[in-house]
Amino acid sequence: MSPPVVQLRGVGKRYGPLHVLRDVDLELGAGELVAVVGPSGSGKSTLLNLMGTLDRPSSGEVLLDGVGAGRLGDPALAALRAGWIGFVFQSFHLLDGLDAVGNVATGLLYSGLPGRERRRRAADLLRDLGLGDRLGHPPSALSGGERQRVAIARAVLARPALLLADEPTGNLDSAAGADVLALLTALRAEGTTVVVITHDREVAATMPRRVELRDGRVVADVAAGQR
Amino acid sequence: MSRLAARDLVGLAGSGLRRHPLRAVLSALGIAIGVAAVVAVLGVSRSAQAELAAQLDALGTNLLRVQAGSGIGLGDAVLPASADAAASRVAPVTAVSAVADVDATVRRNELVDAAETGGIAVKAAREDLLGVLGGHVASGRFLDGALGRYPTVVLGHIAALRLGVGPGVTVWLGDQRFLVVGVLDPLPLAADLDRSALVGWEVAQARLGLSGEPTTLYLRAAPSQVGAVRDVLPAQVNPEHPENVAVSRPSDALAAQLAAEDAFTGLLLGLGAVALLVGGVGVANVMVMGVLERRGEIGLHRALGATRAHVRRQFLAEAVLLSALGGAAGVGAGAAITAAYAVTRGVAAVVPVEAVTGGLAVALVVGALAGLVPAVRAARLSPVQALRTAG
Repeated sequence: MSPPVVQLRGVGKRYGPLHVLRDVDLELGAGELVAVVGPSGSGKSTLLNLMGTLDRPSSGEVLLDGVGAGRLGDPALAALRAGWIGFVFQSFHLLDGLDAVGNVATGLLYSGLPGRERRRRAADLLRDLGLGDRLGHPPSALSGGERQRVAIARAVLARPALLLADEPTGNLDSAAGADVLALLTALRAEGTTVVVITHDREVAATMPRRVELRDGRVVADVAAGQR
Repeated sequence: MSRLAARDLVGLAGSGLRRHPLRAVLSALGIAIGVAAVVAVLGVSRSAQAELAAQLDALGTNLLRVQAGSGIGLGDAVLPASADAAASRVAPVTAVSAVADVDATVRRNELVDAAETGGIAVKAAREDLLGVLGGHVASGRFLDGALGRYPTVVLGHIAALRLGVGPGVTVWLGDQRFLVVGVLDPLPLAADLDRSALVGWEVAQARLGLSGEPTTLYLRAAPSQVGAVRDVLPAQVNPEHPENVAVSRPSDALAAQLAAEDAFTGLLLGLGAVALLVGGVGVANVMVMGVLERRGEIGLHRALGATRAHVRRQFLAEAVLLSALGGAAGVGAGAAITAAYAVTRGVAAVVPVEAVTGGLAVALVVGALAGLVPAVRAARLSPVQALRTAG
């Protein structure tokens, strides 16, 4: 049996005297779609950063595809982020100087592929996502929902095994948010493990699995099928 | 493996600069001014030196001037009447000519007071003087065997300007009319003759009371023997009182001018270096601001798979690109200044290759140094920190 995509073993994170996460154990399999919920300050973003190797735990261990991230150096972690992990942010983090294709193509910037190939794949993906008429638009000319779809396209361009989305619908109205959620759900069907942070109970309710955090601890881990 | 191709690195650096074009231009301006100063200083001084060296080459460095020494107890020393014949017997001496001071003034006409010199000396000259000095007549002709016996005069170039006359006009020399037959071009190796009126030796003896002893000898020696000739000349010219003979080499003054240009160049280069330093500080300042403003972008790139080394290289490349553009603009400006100088001075423009390559190299080094600290700081940012602070 293949190892879990993400496995957290007794993970804690401290910032000085502040315990943001305590003793978290969590396992995510391939193709899972998981919502992480909880009040603000409960450690959701920290949990996501630890899964994405953007941060290192103070205690415990984060295993990605069975490999302890703590044993990897900066180049190996960067390589993981370049190809195996995709990130989506609440504030999109699109680059104003680039058009939609250029922004999506940065998803493969560190892959070693030539620039023309990166742009070709980015344009293909944007067309698949229904943004074919927005290829040359700068982010400032796109609506909020379009921007987030561009950001998701950038995150999945390298076909990552793990997609981490921090409040992807937080800045969107409900219609645009529904579009984005539909897109994330569709990715899951292709075998990508998707983790979505949300404080929106309605959004969380549509997800097959919900992990609830409170004060840095996992207080609930519910699969929708168990209802 | 996370990779970043060189072409992408340059592209990222360029897009970083395009974000704030005005800021980029202003900070590159410091570098540009510094490099322009260095290139222009070297170019202008090299052009001037090339001109001086060419002049020196054309005039020759083998001219020697022999004068009666002056000093306490020597009185109005003169050279012996046989001095020029004696000098010409020194084997490496190829040509000898002489002038003698004449006690007279030259005036525009008889109404001007005879004591009024106008700063113009009257000298008797041998016919071969111009050939030995390597001089040319600007208009008219020089004294020759026939003219030298008659009351004719050739004016140095400043003397002609001061008298306001040219060939064909008569001037008053002592109490007699002399016909101006020629005006000379400037004589860089005998500038005192520029302020002189030259008459023939015979007419000076016959009409102006010249006793016949030369005041100054001009002679050319074989170039390799100039030093040796210089050493033996006093005893040869005046065996009884060699200490009364002073030998000089007029081209030394031009050579000294060449050396002086070097010292001046050094000073200006120092100023250029200061400008470059200030430019480097400007670039560093802009890069530090850029790192602060672009924390979110740095975090994004880390999330996209950039290693710390990639981030460091991006900011370093941006700083180097910025100062390289400044350096290139500076080289262009410096070359243009040199060309403008050369055109106004009528000399050939020389832009030294080492100034161009050196200027660019210094710009690159300054950029790298200026970018180093900001780049290292950018690379040290933790991705979480960088992303959190971004809007």
